[in-house]
Amino acid sequence: MSEREVDEIKKLLKREMKPVGKAELPRDLWPAMLEKLSRGAASVPWWDWVLLAGTGVALWLFPGMVPALLYHL
Amino acid sequence: MELLERFAAGDQEAFETLFRQYQGQAYQWIARIVRNRATAEDLTIETFWRVHRAHARFDASRGQFAGWLRRIATNTALDFLRRNRREVPLPEDLPELRRADTSAVQAELQRALQASLRRLSPKLRVVVLLGLVEEEPYDEIADALGISVNVVKVRMFRGVRVLRKELEKAGVRP
Repeated sequence: MSEREVDEIKKLLKREMKPVGKAELPRDLWPAMLEKLSRGAASVPWWDWVLLAGTGVALWLFPGMVPALLYHL
Repeated sequence: MELLERFAAGDQEAFETLFRQYQGQAYQWIARIVRNRATAEDLTIETFWRVHRAHARFDASRGQFAGWLRRIATNTALDFLRRNRREVPLPEDLPELRRADTSAVQAELQRALQASLRRLSPKLRVVVLLGLVEEEPYDEIADALGISVNVVKVRMFRGVRVLRKELEKAGVRP
């Protein structure tokens, strides 16, 4: 592979694909960003649900843990 | 407190100011990689979502928000290309990005070219598109990808080699 071969591919690409260059952003994206932020803040990650379920199961199986858990809370 | 310090501390107004200031730059950079307007818009929002979540990791004392943003934008675009590698063709909806004279032969050549580009792994495709089509300097590509200029050169040669082979298979001689 030589520089000449890279240049040949470059010429072909430049001929067939125009560069995007300085594409103008067609609209303000802030409203969409705000929507995503509000949705993201409302959602709880799946791992948190797993932890909650695991804690519930552990407390059901070992009720003696309840005082210890309350103490640490 | 400076804007970047306020952003790093989690100030929502500072984030909005930075968003409004840099959304165009992020969009442009992502559009150069994915070559599709709607996808670039979605990925710009995804980029700033990641920026928002990572605000505490931003080192305001070093400044350089634009470089940090560009790296996150590049990773977001790369993740998109990885997720969609098999499912969808390389998106190129922007009509102004195609040649105007689309004869049958020309259309066939463009299809072969798109298919060959799709065969490249996302990390090679990004380097080829940014380096050869957009003519971005190697040091800027390296910075955006978080790799050295030498690695960019290696990826460029590998990308061009794969592209040549795929084009030759499709009967196109560069």
